[in-house]
Amino acid sequence: MALSLEEVRRIAALARLRLSPEEEETFAVQLSAILGHVEQLRELDVSGVEPMTHALAEGAVPLRPDVLQESLAPRDALANAPAREGTCFKVPRIIE
Amino acid sequence: MSPAPDDLTALSLREAGSGIAARAVSSRELVEAALARIAARDGKVGAFLAVTAGRARAAAAEADARAARGERRSELDGVPIALKDLFATKGVATTAGSRILEGFLPPYDATVVERLQAAGAVLVGKLNMDEFAMGSSNENSGYRPCANPWDLSRTPGGSSGGSAAAVAARFVHGALGTDTGGSIRLPASFCGVVGVKPTYGRVSRYGVVAFASSLDQVGPLARTVEDAALLLEKIAGHDPRDLTSSPRPVDDYLGRLEEGARGLRIGVPREWFQGGLDAGVEQSVRGALATYERLGAKLVEISLPHSKYGIAAYYLIAPAEASSNLARYDGVRFGLRAEARGLKEMYAETRERGLGAEPKRRIMLGTYALSSGYYDAYYLRAQKVRTLVRRDFDAAFAACDVVAGPVAPSVAFRLGEKTADPLQMYLADVFTITCNLAALPGLSVPCGLERESGMPVGLQLVGRPFDEATLLRAARALEREVGPLPAPALG
Repeated sequence: MALSLEEVRRIAALARLRLSPEEEETFAVQLSAILGHVEQLRELDVSGVEPMTHALAEGAVPLRPDVLQESLAPRDALANAPAREGTCFKVPRIIE
Repeated sequence: MSPAPDDLTALSLREAGSGIAARAVSSRELVEAALARIAARDGKVGAFLAVTAGRARAAAAEADARAARGERRSELDGVPIALKDLFATKGVATTAGSRILEGFLPPYDATVVERLQAAGAVLVGKLNMDEFAMGSSNENSGYRPCANPWDLSRTPGGSSGGSAAAVAARFVHGALGTDTGGSIRLPASFCGVVGVKPTYGRVSRYGVVAFASSLDQVGPLARTVEDAALLLEKIAGHDPRDLTSSPRPVDDYLGRLEEGARGLRIGVPREWFQGGLDAGVEQSVRGALATYERLGAKLVEISLPHSKYGIAAYYLIAPAEASSNLARYDGVRFGLRAEARGLKEMYAETRERGLGAEPKRRIMLGTYALSSGYYDAYYLRAQKVRTLVRRDFDAAFAACDVVAGPVAPSVAFRLGEKTADPLQMYLADVFTITCNLAALPGLSVPCGLERESGMPVGLQLVGRPFDEATLLRAARALEREVGPLPAPALG
């Protein structure tokens, strides 16, 4: 399974990553090798097998009661923000 | 006369705690001995990303004041420990080994941190790791390399490399790590310490930086099985803040520790001894199995036919979950932000500068596996294979009580040996990964030194869900026979 440079760029855009031309080349080779390895899963007949979507048996963990409880104060939640304004996270302009 | 500092750092966690209780040694002396040893020796090991000397001294003074009043929070009260830098520590920088979190000060403590503090343990620092716990050699740290205390030209294993190295080098008496595909057991094996990956759901992950949420689990690393059991007993148990935390009561790990191996049925999976296993490692592991037989355990040959698909399934599931978990590092709420004109540019620029090659590689892989048109062929199929891996173990546990085999195909490999080829690095986890996929408990316990290299070899034990007690008891039985490993030379 060989991944083209074009595909590498498409995935990077989906993942909000910017790659240098060298990284694109390297990843195309490395990701192709890894995908080549995972191809072996195709040997298996998985028809009728349920996917393991939860690591714990369903219902093993009860939900907590739906009641109000204290959560992080806005001041603490904002303490690590690279930029803020009042009680908001500040980001670059979205609509020009 | 007070004991020499290096005698203090050599104490087990249990011995250090008992020493404080008996007023034979103070928490201050233990903390100063640890800090002095770290200052003198960690320059060449690289186990720590940060040493919290001021806080440790203050906590030690409080522990000593309690001891003077005859108060005791637990067996750990006053004992120096350290944490993989993946656990949120309130007001203490937490990086997950990544530049994108440089300077991040968590506004709260992880549940396991709260529990260890409530038990009186003294945090002396945050430990080195592969960035976001992605790696098997600690070479993906965004900050500094970490070496194996037994041979500084070799890796300590990863991703909890700093945790295993700090315990092996006698910098601390115990540490916590996390294990998503082998990240506690592999470094424990490489560094000659005990490392436990509990059952998925046994230990709370609240406040633990997420990598692959259906696989991540927290566990202890220590120099003795008893110390690992002590730490596990403190951190295990239900936490309403983690929806995957099990409400099952915690077993009495220490109470059952000395029950021995007599009558135990030990499953030996055929597939774990076929091809790719170094002769020296196989010899040590077979030696451990023979010891169990001599102790009255019964060896049962079993088959885990889907073992060989473990790496493939894991490298779809874990990156898929990572690509989602790491989406939060976007420069908005915390961590690094690169200035850019528009929002999308800011995201891309921030992630380019802040993330290293391995997280980027896994984000790419995971995004691909989840992307339109590929989901069924990759992610869904991998989850079905995960079911098959779990069924293998369920069938095996009808015939045995624990599964035993190697932790890794080799002893600790050389720094730089596998960095050019990610797939080769991934294959280091070939024996540990199925335990995570099946959500089972597993551990690594030293079974001796490889003859040729003199490097430690770990035996892996995997148990039934929530049966950590049997695993620890079996590990203790072996430890009693193998005896303590010599201290690594740090040279």
